[in-house]
Amino acid sequence: MKKQHPPNSNADNTHSRKREPASPESQVPSRESRSFLIKHSRLLDPAGDFDGIATLGVRDGRVDYRGSRAPRARYDEVIDAKGLWLMPGVVDLCARLREPGATYKANMQSESPAALAAGITALCIPPDTRPVIDNAAVVVRVNRIAKAAAGAHVYMLGALTQNLAGDALAEMSALQQAGCVGVSNALAPLASSRVARRALEYASSLGLTVHVVPQDAALANGGCAHEGAVALRLGLPAIPVAAETLAIRQWLSLVEDSGARIHFGRLSSARGAELIATAKARGLPVSADVAAHQLFLTEDDIEGFDAQSHVLPPLRTAQDRDALRAAVASGVIDAICSDHQPHERDAKINPFPLTEPGISALETLLPLSLRLVGNGILTPLQMAQRLTAAPARILGINGGSLAVGSRADLLLIDPLREWVLEPEEMLSRGHNTPFAGRTFRGRVQQCFRGSRRGL
Amino acid sequence: MKPGLSQLQLDEHGRLRHLLAIEGLSRKQLTDILDRAEEYASSPGQGMRKVPLLHGKTILNLFFEPSTRTRTTFELAAKRLSADVINMQVASSSTSKGETLLDTLKTLEAMQVDLFVIRHQASGAAHFFAQHAAPGVAILNAGDGRHEHPTQALLDMFTLRRRLLARGADFADITVAIVGDVQHSRVARSDIHALRTLGTREIRVIGPRTLIPAGIESMGVKAFHNLDSGLAGVDVVMLLRLQKERMVGALLPSPAEFHCDFGLTRERLQRLDEDVLIMHPGPINRGVEIEGDVAYSRHSLILEQVHHGIAVRMAVMAMILSEVETRGGKI
Repeated sequence: MKKQHPPNSNADNTHSRKREPASPESQVPSRESRSFLIKHSRLLDPAGDFDGIATLGVRDGRVDYRGSRAPRARYDEVIDAKGLWLMPGVVDLCARLREPGATYKANMQSESPAALAAGITALCIPPDTRPVIDNAAVVVRVNRIAKAAAGAHVYMLGALTQNLAGDALAEMSALQQAGCVGVSNALAPLASSRVARRALEYASSLGLTVHVVPQDAALANGGCAHEGAVALRLGLPAIPVAAETLAIRQWLSLVEDSGARIHFGRLSSARGAELIATAKARGLPVSADVAAHQLFLTEDDIEGFDAQSHVLPPLRTAQDRDALRAAVASGVIDAICSDHQPHERDAKINPFPLTEPGISALETLLPLSLRLVGNGILTPLQMAQRLTAAPARILGINGGSLAVGSRADLLLIDPLREWVLEPEEMLSRGHNTPFAGRTFRGRVQQCFRGSRRGL
Repeated sequence: MKPGLSQLQLDEHGRLRHLLAIEGLSRKQLTDILDRAEEYASSPGQGMRKVPLLHGKTILNLFFEPSTRTRTTFELAAKRLSADVINMQVASSSTSKGETLLDTLKTLEAMQVDLFVIRHQASGAAHFFAQHAAPGVAILNAGDGRHEHPTQALLDMFTLRRRLLARGADFADITVAIVGDVQHSRVARSDIHALRTLGTREIRVIGPRTLIPAGIESMGVKAFHNLDSGLAGVDVVMLLRLQKERMVGALLPSPAEFHCDFGLTRERLQRLDEDVLIMHPGPINRGVEIEGDVAYSRHSLILEQVHHGIAVRMAVMAMILSEVETRGGKI
């Protein structure tokens, strides 16, 4: 059933595929097993608000048993998962797989199985592919290549405006019918606040959530670093916090008028998180996410012009990072995403301002989130919630539940296993990561997507 | 701070491998360069000796930004040290023809260049080249974006130190004001680091808030937005060149208004200490940051700066290339 590694994967991938789960072979259900039982695991079920030892049965790709005792029914395989955590598959709100359009960086065949192996059973790609996801034909095409890649389930955001040009509205209704789970103008600016208002109103009449990466383009002005002490010393063109807060405020004003639903993605600042907290307290229909790296890295990480830490929105101060962590803990920030942006090697080989922003982040999303648990910032159940149920709710898709009847998108984690991230062992085609050589504690042992298996 | 990269320009013995930035150099390292420059500096009118130190070495001036005077002083410095010099002016657009900066570096390295003098519009370009240069190939930063222009700061310090010595004074005795577009200035950043490292009593930056970066205090300076209050009691005024493009970016209304509020006029000069020193990295914008007369007044060090630029660049080239020699890194 499970596709072996992609035909065009390189030698490094072949090598890293040898990485095997630590559990004895006999405990791993064979590819063919149609049913299996996972016993003695610590079950983290955010939808059911459950954290405890339980047994879970899966048959034909669906959870068919859950309880504290052994079920009567027979299962093809039994997995003893003592000491392991069992949680729903991760739902990643933003990952660029580079196909169609930038397949020299990565493609669906490389990225979607890499996601699955990293515990991500579903992910959402923004519409800034080439061609742009602004018509149903592109949606069909992406669906076809995603299906062939046989990895994580790939959802799409449709374009808010035609070709993301920021003026004429895209055919959102057609995009929705073709399967888009939301609309967004990705990182491209809109021509005016009038277009923003119209787009928001139109999307909301279809019940579509508008996904926004809040950054005022004029204030960002092509900058590549946070406007702070480090960019000042390094002489880097900088992006002020106001670029984020101004955009959030502008969108919130439109939400106040229209009641339309907005999701703010990739927050980077304390003041940004504060605005979301206030908006939520006032009952506005908004949600927010943060990229996992924003919860760990700061402007100090670009010292020495380290292009691996060149990201947009930029890494800000330690105070911003701490405020973002607190906002994730309190639920003001609903979800953690990867903001995966795999690059070819050359993209980062240039003077810092000329390098392309982004991190190949599929394989660090869960490990970094586990580190939040290790640091005492989130409970294991909160971590599972921010990675599964919350993003699934934002996208309006199934996920984040281990209730009987739900699709068996789930993963087993060994929370104690220590490992070191070696870029050349990454399954993603992009090896661009600022976390190279870092030690992580906790690793995906098995990942199931329905009847399909990662790792 | 990330370890390693800030030490990119020094070898394990603290000697110069490359010169990328003033930041990270110790007081002793700065003083060593200035002392070495004294060996090459002549009094005006005396003429300069040519020394055979770098005979057989090849120095490439690789400029991605137009420059005449800086490139010329680097060229003169290299020639006085008997090195072979090649000048290359690369239009920044040529990198869009498919050759990356790394390709450019590797291609030129293959021509057995010992030292690259590089100016590039991107901050961090010199670090980039140093990170990717072959062992034994040295990089000298002639200005990278808004980041640093280390030889300019060295020649400023050299010029200033000579004047201070003549008065029996030291950096600890002076207050220096840097006036103008600090935001976009690599000269200002390098000068601030150098002045701090040499123990300057007080460093001020003066300009409208659009040209003074927020949080500049973190670099150990005081910010002023009014010229007269900022200049009160200063011993040295360093003026920066104001680029015409600043008007387009809505940073300033007009050169005239800048001159009115922040230009160093004869009238303002008269209100300052009678021994105040005026510096400018050139080329000056007469009637913008400085009134024409002031540039050639007895207070002005502007021509001395230009003159010393050669000796200072000779010192840096000599030190970097002789270090390469002693490391045995060269073919």
